[in-house]
Amino acid sequence: MDLTLIQTSLPQLAAGAVLTLELVLLSLAAGIVLAVATAFGRLSRLRPLSLLVGAYVFVFRSTPLLVQIFLIYYGLGQFEAVRASLVWPLLREPYWCAILALTLNTGAYGGEIIRGGILSVPFGQIEAARALGMAPGLMYRRIILPQAFRQVLPAYGNEMIQVVQASSLASTITLMELTGVARAIAARTYQPLEVFLVAGAFYLLLNLVIAQGVRLAERRLARETRR
Amino acid sequence: MKRVFAAVAALAVTLVLAGCGQEENKQQAADKPLPDPIRFATEGAYPPYNMVDSSGKLTGFEIDMVNEMCSRMKVRCEWVVQAWDGTIPGLQAGRFDAAISGMSITPERRQVVDFTVGYASTPAYLVTAKDNPLQAVTYGMERVNLDEIDPAEQQAIDLVRAQLKGKTVGVQTATIHADFADKYLADVVDLRRYDTQENMALDLQSGRIEVGLADAVAWEPFLDRPEGQAYSFFGPGFDGGLFGAGMGIALRKGDDKLLDALNGAIRSLKEDGSLRKMAEQWFGFDSSMP
Repeated sequence: MDLTLIQTSLPQLAAGAVLTLELVLLSLAAGIVLAVATAFGRLSRLRPLSLLVGAYVFVFRSTPLLVQIFLIYYGLGQFEAVRASLVWPLLREPYWCAILALTLNTGAYGGEIIRGGILSVPFGQIEAARALGMAPGLMYRRIILPQAFRQVLPAYGNEMIQVVQASSLASTITLMELTGVARAIAARTYQPLEVFLVAGAFYLLLNLVIAQGVRLAERRLARETRR
Repeated sequence: MKRVFAAVAALAVTLVLAGCGQEENKQQAADKPLPDPIRFATEGAYPPYNMVDSSGKLTGFEIDMVNEMCSRMKVRCEWVVQAWDGTIPGLQAGRFDAAISGMSITPERRQVVDFTVGYASTPAYLVTAKDNPLQAVTYGMERVNLDEIDPAEQQAIDLVRAQLKGKTVGVQTATIHADFADKYLADVVDLRRYDTQENMALDLQSGRIEVGLADAVAWEPFLDRPEGQAYSFFGPGFDGGLFGAGMGIALRKGDDKLLDALNGAIRSLKEDGSLRKMAEQWFGFDSSMP
């Protein structure tokens, strides 16, 4: 064990962890919006819409995230039309490509989780709401969504933790996030053990915070029902 | 495959070849006259160093070089084609007297065989688009040897640094080129690390990076492709220092007479410029070592 190496590499790894955190937070924020939209799209009675959204979910759940990242980063960059388009300033940056890939990926998984949560609300409650003359919007806001969110929280917490692990793939498109930094240091020093131990500890810490946050939210929502 | 845990620890496997039973032969070997003929082993599959042409004949930079050395030494030489992984074992078993197969001189190999002086090193080169203003700059040097940096070389390095300031530069991760970039460029450029040379070339094409740094020979496949036609080397080539000691001919340990003869022949090729000429013929640039 080389303690000096751990010490000297710590600032670089911490900088990498900050980038990891950015990737995760931005992807999760955009991802949950996309997931809710996906869930509604899938449940829509508009057949073409639900089919289209179903195809999106199928594609992004059935291909490796690494392939998705490569297709978005290297694949799109191959087309002259893409390079000339308005979105190129964003797509040329590995940062936004990684966030786009992570968002689309977690949106597909999250959409299915939320759809399951919505479907878990007993139909009797919906019937009752309708019998009271509730408009669909109000019904969703007051009856369905609060229960659905409580229902999906454990599964969604799982998904958030997976996004943290998945963000390490951003290192394959030149982003020096936690794993990227660790690989570069390990290659230079030939001491992978120390470096990856520290990187692993950072990931543990990050996921500990997420897990605790989810637990807290669960407890809060549970209290609300007891009231 | 969402659940991919991508952290893969790099596993460095060092093959240490045991050099047994060499000591007792050492004294005898030193007194031995030069073998006649001298048998040279080569792989014949590492263009442009050594390869087999369409008629089945050995050809390449190393073949030309050794043939010329033999005629200068006034000795008969024979070629043995030997698969790369059996090169050092075959040498130790006495199946041939010398091996020339684009073999880099490394401390690990030095423990089991002797090397002649270096005869070639493929330098690291920067590449950018042919219409990039970087191409028009006069860098003052064709090669920068990092072993002992003289003022002129330092000036060339400083100029490269000044020109690259603020630019996006790609390297392949975990290579000596990444080490070079870390040491000489990282503080002035935006450094991007790629998993493969191919991906770096793709991003050079898409314009995500303006400049790439890699081994001259590693660049060749890209520069030869139609998409690579718009790109070329610029600035000086870099070698020595952390790029290693170049390539040498491997001999059994203690074959001092043969070692001296081969070193003498290589030096004479260097002195009259014929090594440089051969290198330019086979590589398209000067890969010879001073």
